[in-house]
Parts: sequence; C-alpha cells; structure tokens
Amino acid sequence: MKPLLDIDGLSKHFQLHEQQKLIPSCSAVKVTVYPGQLTALTGPTGSGKSSVLKCIFRTYLPSSGRILYRDQEDKVTDLAQASEYRILQLRRRDIGFVTQFLHCLPRKSALDITIEPLLARGVSHQEAQRRGRDLLAQLQVPERLWGLPPATFSGGEKQRINLARGLVARPRLLLLDEPTSSLDPGTTQSVAELIETIKQEGVGILAIFHHPDLVRRLADETIRLQAPAPVMPEPC
Amino acid sequence: MKKILEVRGLSRIHGPGCPLCFENTGAEAETNVCVSCGSVVAAQNVSLDLHQGEILGIVGESGSGKSTVVKTLFFDAEPSAGEARFFDGDQQLDLFSLNAARQRWLRNHRFGMVYQNPNLGLNFNVSAGGNIAERLLMSDVANYASIRQRARDLLTRTEVLGERMDESPRRFSGGMQQRVQIAKALATRPPLLLLDEVTTGLDLSVQARILDLILEIQHELNTAMIVVTHDLGVIRLLAGRTLVMKYGQVIESGLTDQVLEDPQHAYTQRLVASAL
Repeated sequence: MKPLLDIDGLSKHFQLHEQQKLIPSCSAVKVTVYPGQLTALTGPTGSGKSSVLKCIFRTYLPSSGRILYRDQEDKVTDLAQASEYRILQLRRRDIGFVTQFLHCLPRKSALDITIEPLLARGVSHQEAQRRGRDLLAQLQVPERLWGLPPATFSGGEKQRINLARGLVARPRLLLLDEPTSSLDPGTTQSVAELIETIKQEGVGILAIFHHPDLVRRLADETIRLQAPAPVMPEPC
Repeated sequence: MKKILEVRGLSRIHGPGCPLCFENTGAEAETNVCVSCGSVVAAQNVSLDLHQGEILGIVGESGSGKSTVVKTLFFDAEPSAGEARFFDGDQQLDLFSLNAARQRWLRNHRFGMVYQNPNLGLNFNVSAGGNIAERLLMSDVANYASIRQRARDLLTRTEVLGERMDESPRRFSGGMQQRVQIAKALATRPPLLLLDEVTTGLDLSVQARILDLILEIQHELNTAMIVVTHDLGVIRLLAGRTLVMKYGQVIESGLTDQVLEDPQHAYTQRLVASAL
C-alpha cells in the first residue's frame, strides 16, 4: 500500500527578530500515514508534536524537509513547497485538522459550525444539516445545544463540536490534536468508536492523544518525538 | 479556481521621481520619502494574484500603501508603473492601458468599490435607492420599475429597510451607509469587489454584521474580493490569503493563518504581537 503521507527530515524553528532568537520546535521528524490507519505522535511536552501537525496543514511554514501527500488521483504534492492555492484546495477537499481548542465565531450555532466544511464543498444546506445532526447525535452532544453558539458550552462539549466539524466532511487525511483531552470516559469511548469507524472507511489519521490507552487501542504505528536539537543561528 | 486578476510591479510615486526613489524608500529604509528628490513612494513593485471567489487581505499601518493598491485598480489613482490584467470571461484586459471610457465602463459594470468614507462612494444629494439606480442606469438597465425593484431587493439583501430607500443616506447611521455602499457596489453583480477599511470606525456589533454580510455575499455570488484593513481580526475572519505591506512594499504574503501564527518578517511579528 502506498502511503497517504510521507514526511522526512521535517524541521521547524521560529526566528524571533525582536528577541533575536532561534527557537527550535521539531527536528528531523520522519512520519508515514497509510489510508485506513492511524499513526500516533507521542513524546514529552515541547517535543514538537503540534508543530508537526501545523506544518502539514501549513499553518506553520516548515524550515526544512519534505511532506509528501498523495491525493486521490495518485498525484504527490510536497506540502512544504506547494503553492498557497494548492494548500487551500487540499484543505477544502482532502485534509481535516481538529485543533486542540475550538476557534469559531461567537454568533454561530453549533450545528452551523459543524457543517461549515460541507457547505464549503458545495453540499446543499439541507443535506449538510442532516449529516451534521447525525454526527452530533453520534458524539452524544445533547440536541438542545445544537442551535446555540458554543461559547457557553463546557470544554468537553466544545471539543466534540470541534471534532464533528473536522470529521463531518470525511477528509482523506485527518490531523487530530488531543481530541479527547477534556472528555469523560463515556464520551471518550464514543469518540474512539467513531475514530475506528472512519479508519474502516479508509481515512488516514495522524493523531496526538492525551490518553496512552487510546494510543494502544487505536494506533497502528507510534512515533515518539524527541525534544528538538538547538539550532545554530544562521550567519548574518 | 480561475484567475481573475494579476498585478505585476505596481508602483505609484507622488512627485518628480528619480532613479533612486525605490532604493531610498520601503520597509528597509523605513520611509516613503525619497531623500534624493523628495518624492513620496506610495506603492513600490506590488504584485498579487486573485482567483475567482477568493478573498485576499492586505494589512498594514497607515501609509503602507494598501489603499493605494485598490485605488489604482479602481482607477481612482494612476499608477506610475506596473501592469494589471483582468480576466473577464474569455477576455484579458490590460487595465492601465485602456482608454478612460473603457475604464469607466469596467468601474460601472465589472468592479465594485466600498470606501471607508461613505462620502466617496455615495451621492448624498440623492436617495439611497437613487444611488443604486444611478449605478444600474450606468450599466444599461433603463426600465424605471425594474430599477426600483432591483434597488429595493439589494437594500433588503444588505438589511437596509425598504421603507427608507427614498431617504438620503446622509440621514443614515454609519453602519447603514456602509450597507448602502455594499448594495450599490453589488448592483451589477461584479466579479471583483474592492473593500477599503469598510468596518473601520464602526462599533463592534455593526462591524460583525457587515463582515457576516461580506462572507454571505462571497458564498452566494462567488465574488472575488480584495479587503484592505489594518485590523488583523477582519483579516482572520475574511481572508484566505494575506499580503502585509509596509512603506509601500509587500514585505510578506501567505495563507492568513500562517501569516498570523508563524509570521516571518520582523514587522509582521511586531504587528501580530500588538494585536489585542
């Protein structure tokens, strides 16, 4: 089977001009993700797990290395080098990212937030709502909350809205950043079941989990990141 | 997505200009004023692409040249150098070499502009509906009843009460004036919309509704837009890609979330760090 995602030699450092510092974030990362499989990133805080996900999504510009993504037509794109338009297209069609915290407009309802990715793909409003409702129910978000903005929701409820938004359009590659950190055991269980379902559907997943149990249960491969090596300042 | 606009090397110099103007000004030189000849370089070598249905953000402090860019594209100001190509159907138009009549035609039919100051975009001596009718007349809709109906539809769409369409926009609140401007700009369903600091100076609740309206329009009509603002929140909400300008130059460009979370240039890092 050909990998969906093949990362090699990925490094990221931040150059802070004001403070005149180079901050290493991750270095020499090697990761592969296959369709229908879950690769878990583990490692201590500060080992750059989230940075790897953000580099794949290009919220961070990788400092070096390659991030090869294979799309439906078997075309390989280096996400580290791809044009902004290509990245936007892949974000819309192929790559989903569930970040640690829900970022959304304070005036949009939970259901509207959930179905955003479907509408962006041109799914009709009615169909999008139907799929959104199904998913929220599956994630055990109480129906009375669907029409409300998530600002007043609990951490776990917000996290499930965030997950729903990331999963609703069934991306080919899913990036998960601690999707269960504020969930109780019951809802964690339903999230784990949902992840198992979408794995079976062929979605490739790269995930960071708070609970070691989930890594054992869901991961087909585990990659442990080390704290990054200090970077040498570039000669000026 | 199809490319709709391509700008290359756009520059605008106020004053005589000299061969050293570009060298003496810009982000590195930290000034707009050329020490050799005293000219002010408002924009220097600006290049950008815009695709159908895309919102491109331009951020920067005042004097960075961000408004100059959209003003030259709307023919409100003349560029000193550079090219802009507009792709309209099968046509490819070299904007700055068109004659004045063709430029006026494009302004009235294919481009829309919303100014920070409603005085620039609206005629306060005619009614709100009349403002929209003016634009429709210029774009060859001549039937009175259909103009009136269309004006009413547009004002309703932008949440201006239909009952007030016969009043002068002078009597409207700032937020409503911006809505009338947006309705007017949209009257001809232009594929390109230029928005210059449209929410600056409005209170927060009004800002939010105008921004929501802009997003809805993008979604409904697939209009390409250039949004000029100094407000990073507006950029985060609206723009997929962003240019950062300083002293007339584009110093950084990228996906909006990347520019905000991983800014590369020292100035952008300071800008992001000063956000509230």
